[in-house]
Amino acid sequence: MIRERHLNIGLLAGLLAVALWAMLADQPFTITLATRAVILALAAAGLNIALGIGGLVSLGHAAFFGLGGYVMGVLAYHAQTYTPLELGPFSIAGTKSMPLIWLAAICVSGLAALVIGLLSLRTSGVYFIMITLAFGQMFYYFAISWSAYGGEDGLSIYVRNGFPGLNTLVPIQFFGICYVILCLVLYLHARLARSPFGLALNAARQAPVRVLTVGLDPTRLKLVAFVLSGAITGLAGALFADLYRFVSPTMFSWQMSGELIVLIILGGVARLCGPVVGAVVFVMLEHLLGGLTDFWHVWLGVILLLIVLFARGGLIGMVSGRAVAHD
Amino acid sequence: MKKLLLATAAMALGATTAMAEVKVGMITTLSGGGAGLGIDVRDGFLLALKQSGRDDVELIIEDDQRKPDVAVQLSDKMIQSERVDVMTGIIWSNLAMAVVPSATAQGVFYLSPNAGPSQLAGAGCSPLYFNVAWQNDNLHEAAGAYANEAGYKSSFILAPNYPAGKDALTGYKRTFGGDLAGELYTELGQTDYAAEIAQIRASGADSVFFFLPGGMGISFLKQYADSGVGLPVVGPAFSFDQGILQAVGEAAVGVVNTSQWSKDIDNPTNAAFVESFEAEYGRLPSLYASQGFDTANLLFSALDKAAPSDKAAFQAALEAADFDSTRGAFRFGPNHHPIQTIYAREVIREGDVYTNRIIGTALEDHADAYASECKM
Amino acid sequence: MSLILIIEQVLNGLQSGVMLFLMAAGLTLIFGVMGLINLAHGSLYMIGAFAAAAVAGFTGSFALALVGALAAAAAAGAIIEITVIRRLYASDHLDQVLATFALILIFSEGTRWVFGSFPLFLEIPPYLAGPVTLPGGIAYPKYRLALIVAGLAVGALLWFLIERTRMGIRIRAGENDREMIAALGVDISRLYTLVFALGAALAGLAGALVGAIQSVQVGMGEPVLILAFVVIVIGGIGSLKGAFLGALLVGLTDTLGGIFLPELFKLFTDPATAQSAGASLASMSIYILMSLVLIWRPTGLFGAPA
Repeated sequence: MIRERHLNIGLLAGLLAVALWAMLADQPFTITLATRAVILALAAAGLNIALGIGGLVSLGHAAFFGLGGYVMGVLAYHAQTYTPLELGPFSIAGTKSMPLIWLAAICVSGLAALVIGLLSLRTSGVYFIMITLAFGQMFYYFAISWSAYGGEDGLSIYVRNGFPGLNTLVPIQFFGICYVILCLVLYLHARLARSPFGLALNAARQAPVRVLTVGLDPTRLKLVAFVLSGAITGLAGALFADLYRFVSPTMFSWQMSGELIVLIILGGVARLCGPVVGAVVFVMLEHLLGGLTDFWHVWLGVILLLIVLFARGGLIGMVSGRAVAHD
Repeated sequence: MKKLLLATAAMALGATTAMAEVKVGMITTLSGGGAGLGIDVRDGFLLALKQSGRDDVELIIEDDQRKPDVAVQLSDKMIQSERVDVMTGIIWSNLAMAVVPSATAQGVFYLSPNAGPSQLAGAGCSPLYFNVAWQNDNLHEAAGAYANEAGYKSSFILAPNYPAGKDALTGYKRTFGGDLAGELYTELGQTDYAAEIAQIRASGADSVFFFLPGGMGISFLKQYADSGVGLPVVGPAFSFDQGILQAVGEAAVGVVNTSQWSKDIDNPTNAAFVESFEAEYGRLPSLYASQGFDTANLLFSALDKAAPSDKAAFQAALEAADFDSTRGAFRFGPNHHPIQTIYAREVIREGDVYTNRIIGTALEDHADAYASECKM
Repeated sequence: MSLILIIEQVLNGLQSGVMLFLMAAGLTLIFGVMGLINLAHGSLYMIGAFAAAAVAGFTGSFALALVGALAAAAAAGAIIEITVIRRLYASDHLDQVLATFALILIFSEGTRWVFGSFPLFLEIPPYLAGPVTLPGGIAYPKYRLALIVAGLAVGALLWFLIERTRMGIRIRAGENDREMIAALGVDISRLYTLVFALGAALAGLAGALVGAIQSVQVGMGEPVLILAFVVIVIGGIGSLKGAFLGALLVGLTDTLGGIFLPELFKLFTDPATAQSAGASLASMSIYILMSLVLIWRPTGLFGAPA
């Protein structure tokens, strides 16, 4: 059996190696696929903070993913049409600069997570799953009828946004940006899980009453985790939109929320690199099965089912064979 | 990936020329709810390819699952890895808007067999983009023209609350001369129209125009027929194509719809198309199948004159539209969208199959409203 | 807006609510008794509709079609309970969500594999076709009235089954304490299969009944599934009474919201904006309703406190 830490390092190195190989072999599409996997992993890593450490099963994280995407879409749209964005008394110029867009995406989705979290955390269990789903659906229907930004047609951005010093249109450079962000977020997650806050949050999931008796507020702990989680997923949404230079309401759909959960379970709940394994495997299945048959969803379903029934702890659990590591 | 290498003759002879000369990428919807439309476009295209007997075209077909991000990813793959010369296949306007501008910006020709969003017909037009079907508003404009002809004075109009739905109502209002008794936006994907039908009943309208593609139209028509409201209904062909009429059944009979194609358009190309499609696939062709078929034949006619690598010559060859269309005469306007006749059809029952019959012409040689905004 | 129109819309809301109840009842029973979140409940609805369309196409009889729908959905339910679901009772909600999500994929594309990509035809039987005039001069489709009656009848039957029969006692006992009733000699795994098949049959019946006035196509189950979840969450998960009230509330809100919100907006803005904004808000209305209910009562109207 392999130690999970070694597995994680190998996994991240392997992902980088695939992208570098694809660059040398002049296979830009492989880089695009790898970038897709990295961004989906980032979105799921965000969810993993709420779901893995905090035990908050959110079926509405597509709301944050979509918000991040729309922040990018709206800002870049105003920049490419040279029209200011009117927000009541304020008038903001659009921008095509990635760092600014990321900052805005993090703020907007974090703020949304604060509001949704404040309301949703009054409930728990299945009710929590369902109320987050309801908030996701509200955003979805709003985006569909928001005709100023394309409604269901979505918004196209013709040129990928820029990052100082880099040419983001070169696939490997954009991959590099996403990869670095993913590594930073995973590092943050690892630190967080071991920090006093992470330990308290973990305890709030397992024994809220005990946490309460030592003078901590479990709801507040969960709220902080939820906001952090939403902000990271929002950042992933902005990158996802930049990868395809396009945003549409499907980013808000409940299937998207479902897919994020699938990624985490596929890799292993609360595993640091669970989302990474899940996203890589999912993108590969999507790509390979989709080529074999029109009815590839059937086989995807069968594979997911087998994993739930026979590989408890996800793929990482299968390989490393240990319960979730809290060391 | 399903590669359809039609260089079979060459391969059988020991593959002296293993590479096909022209690569065509088709991204269309083959799985999920809207798969019927994509399958028809693909089958129409394949039929034309088979009949042409060409061995210099390599066709790559991929399924977009009706998801914009998947479509963009496939288009990146086709352009970056496969290095296709020509792309086609997309059914839905939102997917077309996600794919077409970047594809043409990268120097790839795009022939649309279905979606015709107004942006691509107007300010966003491109020398490399051709629409072989229609601009989105066309069939709705024809429905408005037909309503005038039929003497309707007051219409109740409804469409889903999304951009194509708003375009539909705009298109109808552009040509309809009467009043509106009511105007409604329904939810996208809505399946129950009892509330809307009650409003129609109470509105005092003398006619109903609706644009509800796919399953929405089936549900509406069944419920409308059962409600006994009984006002005449007119709509674009999308809710009355061959694929879904059988699911609507008796409720659709007699309803007038507008289409640029019908299986009884009287010309030899169309007769041969209908017959060979039915022989090949065991079902009647739909308008989507005819669009796929015409797209392929347009492409082949241009390939006979020039290679896609010579952009200007190939563009001119496409603009000439020198092929036998199932619609009879076919030509492009200055913005590369068809100028064509749109018919009024009526749903009839032939034996135990529901189908359409032409009852008149709604608009003759009709061009779209956005051509003047296009600067190429 | 006339009184007749309002009454007609209320009837429409009732009809859609009653059909939602058939879906929600199965979902809430399954959750209440087995503690299982079943995302694949919408697939059983779809199976009912497809089976009905197939049987009706073959025999021409609507009654037989309904029997076929009940049988097919119950059989599908029993099969997935025995092969898959049974292994999930001990798992947490996450695994249940993933496994039943996988079942949706399998059922949806599997159905397309068997029946093709085009919608199927299912028709209202001739004796229920057309409108009927109600007192007050309201013309209303016979079939929709029949749906209201059928839904209420099934609801009453279900109430009788749960409250007045031996099996109902066992089901209720299973909700409260599964070890105890196992100790009393009830074959608990058979009971679970039965409850699951019952829930599946209700969903299949709803699919077949609604399929006659809607489009029978792949993917028809998912929108209804989400609505049914909204219903049981509003009503309180596990409560049949809650599911019934929740279904009516959601049906009425959805129907009346689409009519009255645009009218309301017209008081403030021009008609075109009002129409569009009203329609947008209407499509969000049931989700707003649900979050309001949950913020007010975190376990729904009739849910047991956490």
